[in-house]
Amino acid sequence: MSTLQSLDIKRRSATTAPSPSVRESAEVAKLIDISKCIGCKACQAACMEWNDLRDEVGHNVGVYDNPADLTPASWTVMRFNEIEVGENLAWLIRKDGCMHCSEPGCLKACPSPGAIVQYANGIVDFISENCIGCGYCVKGCPFNIPRISARDQKAYKCSLCSDRVAVGQIPACAKACPTQAIYFGTKTDMKNHADGRLQDLKSRGYQTAALYDPPGVGGTHVMYVLPYGDRPTDYSGLPANPRISPLVELWKGMAKPVALAGIGLAALLGFFHYVTKGPNEVEEEDEEKARAMADRENGGRS
Amino acid sequence: MKGGGTVGRYTAGSRANHWLTAICLILLALSGMAFFHPSLFFLTDLFGGGVWTRIIHPWIGVVLMLSFLGLFLRFWHHNLWRREDSRWMASINDVINNREERLPEVGRYNAGQKLVFWLMSLAVLLMFVSGLVLWDEYFAAYFTVDQKRLAGVLHAAGAVLFCFILIVHVYAAFWVKGTLRAMTRGSVTGGWAWKHHRKWLREEIRTPAKGTGD
Amino acid sequence: MASLAPTFGRGAMTNTWGDIKNTNLVVIMGGNAAEAHPCGFKWVTEAKAHNAAKLLVIDPRFTRSAAVADLYMPIRPGTDIAFLGGVIKYLLDNDKIQKEYVLNYTNAAYIVKQGYGFQEGLFSGWNEERKDYDRSSWDYELDEQGYVKIDNTLTDPRCVYQLMKQHYSRYTPEMVERICGTPKDKFLMAAQWMAETSAPDKAMTSMYALGWTQHSKGSQNIRAMAMVQLLLGNIGVAGGGMNALRGHSNIQGLTDLGLMSNLLPGYLNLPVDAEVDYATYIGRRNFKPMRPGQLSYWQNYSKFFVSFQKAMYGKAATKDNEFAYQWLPKLDVVYDVLRAFELMHQGKLNGYICQGFNPLMSFPNKAKLTAALSKLKFLVTIDPLSTETSEFWQNHGRYNDVKPEDIQTEVFRLPSTCFAEEEGSLTNSGRWLQWHWKGADAPGEAREDIRIMADIYRRIRGLYAKEGGTFADPVLNLHWPYRLPDEPTAEEIARETNGYVVESVPDPNDPSKMLLTAGLQLDGFAQLRDDGSTACGCWIYSGSFTERGNMMARRDTADPYDTGLAPNWAWCWPANRRVLYNRASCDAQGQPFNPKHRLVWWNGSRWTGPDVPDFVVTSKPSDGMGPFIMNAEGTARLFTRGMLREGPFPEHYEAMEAPIANPLHPKVSANPVARVFPGDRATFGTAADFPYVATTYRLTEHFHYWSKHTKINAILQPQQFVEIGEALAREKGIKAGDWVRVRSKRGDIEAVAVVTKRIKALQVDGRTVHTVGLPIHWGFVGQTRKGYATNTLTPFVGDANIETPEFKAFLVNVERLSAPSV
Repeated sequence: MSTLQSLDIKRRSATTAPSPSVRESAEVAKLIDISKCIGCKACQAACMEWNDLRDEVGHNVGVYDNPADLTPASWTVMRFNEIEVGENLAWLIRKDGCMHCSEPGCLKACPSPGAIVQYANGIVDFISENCIGCGYCVKGCPFNIPRISARDQKAYKCSLCSDRVAVGQIPACAKACPTQAIYFGTKTDMKNHADGRLQDLKSRGYQTAALYDPPGVGGTHVMYVLPYGDRPTDYSGLPANPRISPLVELWKGMAKPVALAGIGLAALLGFFHYVTKGPNEVEEEDEEKARAMADRENGGRS
Repeated sequence: MKGGGTVGRYTAGSRANHWLTAICLILLALSGMAFFHPSLFFLTDLFGGGVWTRIIHPWIGVVLMLSFLGLFLRFWHHNLWRREDSRWMASINDVINNREERLPEVGRYNAGQKLVFWLMSLAVLLMFVSGLVLWDEYFAAYFTVDQKRLAGVLHAAGAVLFCFILIVHVYAAFWVKGTLRAMTRGSVTGGWAWKHHRKWLREEIRTPAKGTGD
Repeated sequence: MASLAPTFGRGAMTNTWGDIKNTNLVVIMGGNAAEAHPCGFKWVTEAKAHNAAKLLVIDPRFTRSAAVADLYMPIRPGTDIAFLGGVIKYLLDNDKIQKEYVLNYTNAAYIVKQGYGFQEGLFSGWNEERKDYDRSSWDYELDEQGYVKIDNTLTDPRCVYQLMKQHYSRYTPEMVERICGTPKDKFLMAAQWMAETSAPDKAMTSMYALGWTQHSKGSQNIRAMAMVQLLLGNIGVAGGGMNALRGHSNIQGLTDLGLMSNLLPGYLNLPVDAEVDYATYIGRRNFKPMRPGQLSYWQNYSKFFVSFQKAMYGKAATKDNEFAYQWLPKLDVVYDVLRAFELMHQGKLNGYICQGFNPLMSFPNKAKLTAALSKLKFLVTIDPLSTETSEFWQNHGRYNDVKPEDIQTEVFRLPSTCFAEEEGSLTNSGRWLQWHWKGADAPGEAREDIRIMADIYRRIRGLYAKEGGTFADPVLNLHWPYRLPDEPTAEEIARETNGYVVESVPDPNDPSKMLLTAGLQLDGFAQLRDDGSTACGCWIYSGSFTERGNMMARRDTADPYDTGLAPNWAWCWPANRRVLYNRASCDAQGQPFNPKHRLVWWNGSRWTGPDVPDFVVTSKPSDGMGPFIMNAEGTARLFTRGMLREGPFPEHYEAMEAPIANPLHPKVSANPVARVFPGDRATFGTAADFPYVATTYRLTEHFHYWSKHTKINAILQPQQFVEIGEALAREKGIKAGDWVRVRSKRGDIEAVAVVTKRIKALQVDGRTVHTVGLPIHWGFVGQTRKGYATNTLTPFVGDANIETPEFKAFLVNVERLSAPSV
C-alpha cells in the first residue's frame, strides 16, 4: 500500500533511474526495548486489527509462539526463547517482523518495478499491486521476513504502518504496547532514547546491553535494545551480523550488467564476423563435387 | 543423395521437436530476461504482464525440458566426441576465417555443433533444476533459502550461458548458408554436405537409410 | 479483600495504578501482573525507567513478569506464608522496621489478653469437635475505660510486637528453604531488598492477585504481606501499598456493591438469624473507638445502613418499621457459590440464575458441578456469550462427556450486552469509578442486564400483586422510581447509588438555611443521616454523581504534583481519595516521610496536598488520631484479633493436597478451618498417587473463558497446553509438542506439553518436588480449538474466610500420550 506520495519514494525496486529527491525527510525508526517487553502479544493483536488480517486458528506446537511463524496474515510474531545466564534464567521475548533495512535485500532482489519501495523516511513497503509473486524478496531478505501467500502468491510483510505514519500516527503495535516497549520516532531520537535505556540496563548488571542497528544492512528502521547485546542469536535467531547474501549481491548486482554486456558483445561479435569474413557459402563447384562423390561411391546408383 | 542433389538431414518429427524447443527457448529468454534486468521488464507485456510472466515462465521451462529431452534422445549418439573433433577444435581459426579446406573431414556434426549440443544439454539441466528450486509456488517448502539463493545465481549464470550458445547456434546457421533449410525443409544440398560434412555425406551415400537423420 | 479490611479497615487496593511509578521496589508475588494486568504493568516499567525501581518476582513459575524482573526466585505453590513469615523474622531480627511508623500507626504496642497462645499448629480456643476456634482469646487487654492497654517500649511479652516475634521465630531461612524450596541465599536477597524499604523515604509496592487468594488460606497469604508492609512503613505512602489487582474490569465494583451472598453495598453486611431486630443488628456494629481520640469511622454504620434501606424501600422504610429491617434476609450460614453448588448437588437448591458467570468452568471439580446443574429444575443464564455453563447439558465428546437425554434441567438463555454495548461505570482495582459510553448497538435480541433484571422483577412483582404469596412485602415495596419502569437507565441507578436528600434538613445553626434540600443529590457520605432523611444505594460511592454532575465521567488528565494520581480523572472511592490511609505517609508531626513523593501534609491549620486526605482535615497531629480511621484502634492491625478464622497471625499451612506434611507441625498440616464439605474429603488425593504439584493460571492472550470467543485471541493462543519442567519431562520422556494426560483424584485432561526451563524442580523437605502448570482458558465452546476445563482437576475446597477455591496448589500425575483420545 503506497500511502505516501511519490515525492517521498526514495528507492524503487527494479528501477535504475533516480527517484525524486528534492524533499528531505527525517528517517523514522521503531525501537523495540526487549528489556521492557512482557510478550503480551498486544502488538500482534493490534497489527491484525489495524491491517484487518486474521490468520488461521492454529495449534500449539510446544511453545508460547503463536502463530508459530510469520505468515502473510501475521506480519509480526513474538518469539520466545529460554536461556540460562550463569545460574539465572532469562526468557528472551522478541517481537519479530520486518526490520526496514536501509539497504533492503528484498528491494534489491525484486525484479518487478515498484513492487517494493523505500520511502524517504526509511520505511520499506510492499506495493502489492505491483508484486508479481516471484518470491525473490524472500531470497533477498537477510532476516527471513517476507511470506508468500498461498492464495494469491503475493509477498507480505510489516509495512511499519506506513499508512499511519504518513498521517502522523505511530504504528499500531507501538500504539498498543502497554509497557512502552515499542517506541517510535525519528531514528536520531530513537538512538538517543536507546542510549538512556542502555545506561539503565548497565546499571542493573546487563554489562553487554546493546542497541541492535546492524551496519551490514546500512542500519535498520526497526531497532532493538538487547539486554544481552553480545548474543543476538539467542533472541530466537536474530542474525549477529546480517547482510544481504553474497549470492544475492552477485545475482542482483554485478551479474546484471556484466551478463547483459556479455550477451550484447557476443551478438556484436557475430555481426562483425559476418561483415568482415562474409558468409560461408556453398559454391556450385561443391555441388558438383558432391555429385561426383555420389557417382563414385554408388557407381551411379542414385 | 536424392534427385535434385539434396541429402535428407532431419525428419519432420525432428524438425518439429527442434522448433518447439526453439520457441520455448525464445519465450524463456524473453520472459527470463524480463526478470533479469529492470530495463527489460517491459518484455513481461508480451506475456500479459508481470504476474502472468511469472506464472508462465516455469511452465514453458517444463515444456522445454520435455522437448529438449526428445532432441537429446534423438541426437546424443551423433554427438559423441571423436578424435577428429579435437583436431577440428584446434583449427578453430580456420573455421572462423572460412578456410574450411584446411579442416579435417567432418561427420554429421562438427566439433562446434557437438559442443553446442552438450553445452545446451548441460544448460537445460542446470536451468531446469535451479528453476525448480526457485519455483516457490510449488516447491518453496522443499529448499532452504540459501539453496534458493544459490539457485538464483545458477539460473542467471545458466541463462547467460544459454544466450551465448543461442547466439553461436543462430549465428552459425545464418553464417553458414544453406544450413537453415535443414531445419525448415529437412534436407540440405549435396554441395552443403560435401563442403561441411563430407564424411557424413559419404556415409549417407553408402547407407541412405541413415540419411533421415536420427 | 477479607484480609485487607481486618488489617487496614477497608477491603481494597490501598494505592492506585498510577502511583506504582513512585515506588522503589515492586514485589510481584501471588500474582503475575505482566501477564494478567499488562496495561497496569506499564506503571512498573515507569517506576523502573524513571524511579530506578527494582522488580522482584517470587513465583512457582518464571513468568512473563519474571522476564523483565531484576530478581526472580522460585517458590513451591502454597508456601507464601512460610516465605513471608521468614521475611517478618528477618525484619524483626535485623531491626529493619520503620520504627516510628510501627509504633504509632500499628497495633504493635497493644497488649494481648492472657489466654491467647499458639501451639503445635493451633491457636488457642481450638474445639476439636466443631473443628473450629473459639476466638474470644484472640483479643486485647482493656483498661478501666475500655481502651486497649499498650506498651510503647514494645517490651511487654504480651504485646503484639513480642508475640509476633515469638510466632515467627520458627521461620528461619533454613525453614523457608525447606518448606518453599527457595534457595536460602535467594530468599535472603529478597528479604534484604524488602528490608531496604524500611527507610522512611523508601517504598515497596506489593502487587498480587489470584496467586494469593486462590488458596485454602488465601486471606492469610495476603495478611502476611500486609504485615511485612506495615513493618516497613509502606502503607498509605506513595509508591507503597497492598495492591490487589483485580481480574475483571469491574470486580472491585462487584464487592463494593455487595454482590456477595453475605454483604450489602458498601461493605455493610446482611443480618444473621440471631439479629432479630434492628436494635440488635446495629448494637453489634457500634464500633466504639478502642483508643482515645480515634475516629473509628464505622461508628456511622447506622447512617449508611438506614440510607441504604431508604434507597431500597423509599417511603415504605420508616422509623416505625425499623427502616424495613425485617424485609432483609437473615443468614443462618453463608451462601457462597461453593455452598450453592453443594446444595444444588444435594438437590436442595433447584433453580439457579447465573448472570455474567460461567461456574462450570470457574469453580472446582467440574464433575461435581455438572452433577449439580443436572439436578436443577431450571437454569437461567444471562450472558453476552454462549457459555459452557449454558451448554453444560450438551455432549462434546471427552470435553464434556454428558448424556443430554438424562438431564432434565430446563435452560433459559437470556442474551445480554457486552460492556461496549451499554453505558455505565466500571470500578477498577484502584477504586476508580470510570464512566463509559455505549459504543455500538447489541446484536440480535440482546438486552442490557439492567433491562433484563427489571423485566424479571416487574413480572414477578405483577404475580405477587395479583396472586399474593409468602412474604410479598419486600417485593411489592421495592422503591422503583425509574422513568421507564421496564428500562431503568445506568444514569438513574448511578444517581441513586450516589444518594439524594429525601427530606430537607434545616441548618441547626441558622434555621433560615437548609443543610440538605429534598430532591438534591448528596455531595458525599458525610451528609448521610440515620433518620430517614437521606437515601444512598452504596455509601462509599456517595460523591460519584452529585449536583455538579457525573463525577465518574470526568476526563481531566492533569496531575499537578506529578504524583500519578490524576485527581480529576473519573472519581475514586472513598471521597476521591486516591491513596488510602495517606495520613500514614507523614510522621507524627504531619510532615511527609518522603519529601520527594508527597501525598498530603499538615500545613499548620489543616491537612492538604495533591490527594484528598483520608483523614479529618482539621485534626491536628498533636490530637493523636491514627491514620487508619476505619479501625476502632485508629491503627493498622498486625494482630487481627478474631477477624479471620485461622488466627490473628498468618501461619503456614500446607495446601489441602500437598506433596509433604507441614514441617512446622505435621499433625496440623493443612488449614484446620478451610472450607471443606464432608462429602468432598474422599475426592482429595495423596502424594503417593499424585506426586506432582499443579497450579492453574491465566495467560495474557486470554481473558478467562471470554476471549476464546474472539478470533484474534483464539489466533494468539489457539490450543490448550500444560507446562512441564525439563527435569520432569525428561523423567517422563515428554518432548515439547507431545500430548500428555494430567490426572487428579477428580478427573483428567489431555493437552499439548510445553516443556520449559521456567518451571524448576525444587528441593523441598529433603525431596524433589515437580510442579505442573495448567493454563485455564479453553473449553468446549468458542473459536479456539476445543480443550478441557482445567477445573476438572481442581479440589472442592475453599478459603476459610471468603471461600475462594484452591486453584493454585493441588496434586496431579502426568503421563505421556502417543496421541490425544479425541
